Amino acid sequence: MAVNPLGEPQAGAERAAAPGNLAPLSLHVPEPRFRPGDTPDYSYLDIPAAGTAPRPDEACPASDTWGLTTGLIRVLDDEARAVGPWDPGLSADHLRRALRMMALTRAFDDRMYRGQRQGKTSFYMKSTGEEAVSIGCAFALAHDDMIFPSYRQQGMLISRGYPLVDMVNQIYSNRADRLKGRQLPIMYSARDFGFFTISGNLATQIPQAVGWAMASAIKGDTRIATGFVGEGSSAEGDFHAGMTFAAVYNAPVVLNVVNNQWAISSFSGFAGGERATFAQRAQGHGIAGLRVDGNDLLAVYAAMRWAANRARSGHGPTLIEHFSYRTEGHSTSDDPAAYRSAREAAEWPLGDPITRLKRHLIALGEWSVEQQETMDREVAEEVRDATRAAEKNGILGHGLHHPFHTMFEDVYETLPWHLEEQADQAIRERRIKWPDWKEEG
Amino acid sequence: MIEEEAVSLPDAATRPMTMIEAINDALHLMMARDPDVVIMGEDVGYFGGVFRATAGLQGKFGKNRVFDTPINECGIIGAAVGMAAYGLRPVPEIQFADYIYPGYDQLVSEAARLRYRSGGEFTAPITVRSPFGGGIFGGQTHSQSPEALFTHVAGLKTVIPSTPHDAKGLLIAAIEDNDPVIFFEPKRIYNGPFDGYYDRPARSWKGHAGGQVPEGYYSIPLGKARTVREGSALTVLSYGTMIHVAEAVCAEKGVDADIIDLRTLVPIDAEAVEKSVEKTGKCLVIHEATRTSGFGAELVALVQERCFYHLEAPVERVTGFDTPYPHSLEWAYFPGPVRIGEAIDRLMKD
Repeated sequence: MAVNPLGEPQAGAERAAAPGNLAPLSLHVPEPRFRPGDTPDYSYLDIPAAGTAPRPDEACPASDTWGLTTGLIRVLDDEARAVGPWDPGLSADHLRRALRMMALTRAFDDRMYRGQRQGKTSFYMKSTGEEAVSIGCAFALAHDDMIFPSYRQQGMLISRGYPLVDMVNQIYSNRADRLKGRQLPIMYSARDFGFFTISGNLATQIPQAVGWAMASAIKGDTRIATGFVGEGSSAEGDFHAGMTFAAVYNAPVVLNVVNNQWAISSFSGFAGGERATFAQRAQGHGIAGLRVDGNDLLAVYAAMRWAANRARSGHGPTLIEHFSYRTEGHSTSDDPAAYRSAREAAEWPLGDPITRLKRHLIALGEWSVEQQETMDREVAEEVRDATRAAEKNGILGHGLHHPFHTMFEDVYETLPWHLEEQADQAIRERRIKWPDWKEEG
Repeated sequence: MIEEEAVSLPDAATRPMTMIEAINDALHLMMARDPDVVIMGEDVGYFGGVFRATAGLQGKFGKNRVFDTPINECGIIGAAVGMAAYGLRPVPEIQFADYIYPGYDQLVSEAARLRYRSGGEFTAPITVRSPFGGGIFGGQTHSQSPEALFTHVAGLKTVIPSTPHDAKGLLIAAIEDNDPVIFFEPKRIYNGPFDGYYDRPARSWKGHAGGQVPEGYYSIPLGKARTVREGSALTVLSYGTMIHVAEAVCAEKGVDADIIDLRTLVPIDAEAVEKSVEKTGKCLVIHEATRTSGFGAELVALVQERCFYHLEAPVERVTGFDTPYPHSLEWAYFPGPVRIGEAIDRLMKD
């Protein structure tokens, strides 16, 4: 019989040949509760009533927030009233502006989705159902705080006043695209709007956001950084790297996990969501953590405001989990009916962020169904006008793109000889294929 | 030594330095010149680095600009990219090139592409310093030469010095460069040149022309090779430690070789390569890294494409073997005088 280093017989050593009295081990592979055809029942979710979460001082030790990483910060109650210590007390004007930005983002998503189906571009990703996360966070930041977004924070760019027509130009990869047709649609970059260049590689922006915040601290600046990642990509090593660096250097950064329950076809259990909330990841790092109702604009705003104030006053980083639901498919290339119940979105217990804020404003007597309808028409027209303006610059594959030589520019600050040679080749090939072709300047 | 390309101060006083001292001098100088230069890495702060490259810097410039990091290469490079996006000029250190892989995604997917994908809005003027190469009984994870994994990446520049003089001038140029630079330091020659004769006493940089380093600021342009020795019988293309081995073997064989130290692998100085091979008609490529898909393959292709009608013999490659770097059989692996000598004999036989 096999023995261990202490000379004791090992019970399991011969199990392969003859099982002992221990039950065989088995691999746990997480499985979502509902698959196509199932009727979702969310009664298992522990959703605390609005207004019940305590609001510690922004300068508190991280450990004072640990209770908040398992609960859920909620402001809007079932009657659409703002209640509890996290009510940020936003003016009706602010609330109406936030509502408009959410509606504009949704209208933009709807139009771009159709544009992709019409063949005007190759790809699009909607943020439907998650608008409160983007808009609430954007409203709580200073305009010169730096955002390190994932690909589903288009609402932040829209909230910061980035021209819609430039977004569409990027999506169409046309001759007016500021990124010169180099990037997949929606991978925006807007330095002047504090919106970092989006990468296809998941979670890389998290240590980068922390590094930006460290730089701000090194320079004695007062600006802060904020990074976003989905719950799925919080499993990437970069997320752990960013959290460690944020904690070690007390970096003025707010890291956000947008938990929309789904990473393409994988439910949150594959990122460890069955064992702990994503906000709880903060605890082991000694970072303040908040878990917030991501479909409650007031709660999202209040949590980001709290974390931003904490970071800006030198009290260090915060991790926020925004608990939400990805209402639509992952992207235009995805069909969620193949892996999840079609009824999930409709049954989602935290509702729709736009509907909830609309009801709140109506309850305050500051809004009406008619105003909502008018606004919805206006934002749809705004998006339509931007789309039409952008189409004048071309749509994908219809010839109106940046000149060939731009493909070789910006690889380095200046073109090395080998890229000049390759640029000449690309133009030569074009002329062979179309002898009359003239490069647009 | 021919130094036509070096932008040295012609009348600057020089003093003998090891490569470590030259690197340390360059870092001191650049930190004093540019308040945006920051140094970060494992053990680089208070302790001054496991090879002493950052000694004295934290004491002089403070913990805000020279600091230790968690043991996390992804975090080191990722944070450096974010700092660069803010406007700093980070000089992160990866303790051994063998440990750069956890930061590889951040280098390849992020640092290398930041300027391109953002249409020039964001840039990554970072210089990743990392000791590389073998010859020190470093075994599998303290000996690797992973330069080909970086030369293949559009948007990165790869620089490898072979003398203290070049190390200082190239490092200054790398830090000033607005593109991300991978700066591999051949640790075998940190303290003295190495000619491949491991069984002879170690030499110091004292008395070597490349160990005379100008005081003060000077830079050596990236993308420019150095002619180590002028000759007419054979072109040797190499870099790092292998320059010294090549020099010794050519001298021993009495071959009138034109030895080119590439110094920058990307962008490469094709002009210098062409000029030399057209003159000699024969070419030998030498590197420590493994053979298959190593940087030598690119050099051979370049010579074949551009100098085909001048070639009098097949281009030879002397490299490490296609195995992980072994410990006990280090000198059987290392492309030393015997392997190089055989190749030279083949090339010179008619």
